[in-house]
Amino acid sequence: MSLEPSESSKMPSRLPKSNTGIRGLDEITAGGLPSGRPTLVCGSAGSGKTLFSMEFLVHGATKYKEPGVFVAFEEKAEELAVNVASLGFNLNQLQHDGQIRVDHVRIERSEIEETGEYNLDGLFIRLAYAIDSIGAKRVVLDTIESLFSGLTNQAVLRAELRRLFEWLKEKKVTTIITGEKGEASLTRQGLEEYVSDCVILLDHRVENKISTRILRIVKYRGSVHGTNEYPFLIDEEGISVLPVTSLQLNHPVSSERISSGIPALDKMLGGEGFFKASSILVSGTAGTGKTSIAGSFIDRACTDGMRAIYFAFEESPHQIVRNMRSINIDLQAHVDSGLLLFSASRPTLNGLEMHLLNIVKLVEKFQPSVIVLDPISNLVTVGSNSEVRSLLTRLIDFLQSQQITVMFTALALNDKNSEQTDEGVSSLVDVWVLVRDIESNGERNRGLYVMKSRGMKHSNQVREFVITDEGLKLVEVFLGPVGVLTGSARETQQLLEKTSEALRDHAVSRKDREIERKRLVLESKIATLKEEFESLQEELNKSYIEDELKKSIMEDNRKELTRKRDNLL
Amino acid sequence: MEEVKEEVKEEVWELRLYVAGKTARSVAALANLKKYCEEHLKDKYVIEVIDLLVHPQLAEGDQILAIPTLVKKVPEPIRKIIGDLSNEEKVLVGLNIRPAK
Repeated sequence: MSLEPSESSKMPSRLPKSNTGIRGLDEITAGGLPSGRPTLVCGSAGSGKTLFSMEFLVHGATKYKEPGVFVAFEEKAEELAVNVASLGFNLNQLQHDGQIRVDHVRIERSEIEETGEYNLDGLFIRLAYAIDSIGAKRVVLDTIESLFSGLTNQAVLRAELRRLFEWLKEKKVTTIITGEKGEASLTRQGLEEYVSDCVILLDHRVENKISTRILRIVKYRGSVHGTNEYPFLIDEEGISVLPVTSLQLNHPVSSERISSGIPALDKMLGGEGFFKASSILVSGTAGTGKTSIAGSFIDRACTDGMRAIYFAFEESPHQIVRNMRSINIDLQAHVDSGLLLFSASRPTLNGLEMHLLNIVKLVEKFQPSVIVLDPISNLVTVGSNSEVRSLLTRLIDFLQSQQITVMFTALALNDKNSEQTDEGVSSLVDVWVLVRDIESNGERNRGLYVMKSRGMKHSNQVREFVITDEGLKLVEVFLGPVGVLTGSARETQQLLEKTSEALRDHAVSRKDREIERKRLVLESKIATLKEEFESLQEELNKSYIEDELKKSIMEDNRKELTRKRDNLL
Repeated sequence: MEEVKEEVKEEVWELRLYVAGKTARSVAALANLKKYCEEHLKDKYVIEVIDLLVHPQLAEGDQILAIPTLVKKVPEPIRKIIGDLSNEEKVLVGLNIRPAK
């Protein structure tokens, strides 16, 4: 941090600043450009100086109610209007509304003859007139160095420029002066000598045939500012500077869980899946189903109503959707419902920083809960390993601060060190799932295991990973006397088990039947005995009743005889 | 605004001198210009003096940056001569005037 001493002790405690409205720049500069002072924006041809200053003016007029004057030394007003129309700025309308005034200053060397003393009061008067006519608070001079090609008297020009900048300060307008980058100095004509408050350098760098735009605040008197080189992006939304450099390890953590989409994998991860906002690396050799795991993860997230972005660096969205369909995952439905967004680009399309910016921008716009980068290995083609690692570190930092869960897939080389991804990011991530080839008996099977999983209990077992028509499944690998069995060897073992089970079942049922038969025999025996007992009892009863009967009849008879005998008397 | 008009039927030099207030430099420029015109373009010129402090909106039309600026609109091509016009030779070249015999 370069904090230069304040200009005087009487200065107010805080330097007043004007918001630029350019994404990210106001954060780096802690509030924008110095109000009422000139700022120099320099850079080589095509580095975005004009666009930068135009955005400053348009945002000033539309967002901060500060009208602005654009003094164009190079382009005509109509050309400018057309150029910025692609960014959605309607310059003509803004001019019509008195928000912006574009003044084209044309200097034709061949038309001009210099004789004797002169000054640039004409320019001052024009500028003053333009500023006063719309009450401008912001001024852009693009590119004032054109004066040097039109007029020859350098001594006069330099004196006049110095006077101009002083005059602009007195006018209390916030000014941007653009300047072409010089050989050894920041600008060709050494404008930085006159503009000492704030200097911003724009650069356009080409490395490995891939260009990256860089912004750096060279100097900002009286203010704290970020001093790094910040990559920036020019797209249909204008300039965005995204300072993705923070390496503060203080983001909040969540203990919420998020399912991996594969129930058996969740089970391996303590039964509930990944932590929310964690980073997951799925690595494996070619064709081990990394993309399928990612697809499954995304599918589950979207099914649960979360928003997701799939960054594809290898396949087109249609290709991924089609391929996922073969394992019964319908990503198109999520795309249609607006939950899933695909962003496919070849790694070589952009520099690494641009990729990062694109990701960050898209993430900020779409606000997903889950993103997938498939695969990160290809990024190495556009940057060195250390660059990729730095990029991923910053990306992970950023995503964690946004509470976004990220899944990377990476190709591991099939060599002795296959447990190392060549990007070396395994130490950065929270969960590392490795898919490996297990080759035996002349066939290749996939084994999946959780190499690490921070902060949760996780299985140390290798599972066989099978891709079926119904989706991804994890199968327990079979530990036989000869070692780990997978694939058809496992199936054979399973068949053997089935056979013995059937035999056992058969034996059991035979025994059951025998018992049943014995029970029946015993039961019939019991019935016979019961019958015998009953007939015996009946017999006994019969004689007993007969005796009773005889006895009563005899009694009756005797009584009758007695009665009859009495009657005879 | 101050106008000096001479009626002629031949080619007429239409000259405009832009100044900003009555500074020593602009006064000198006007004096120099009048002197050359009388000498070489007698009765064939019109001089219009525009004070930009009074009419700042006129600066844009002729693309005026420096003060003083002399603009020759007719005859073509348009030429601008900036400075106090102290160098007679340069002014005459600029105005495309052959010095009078």
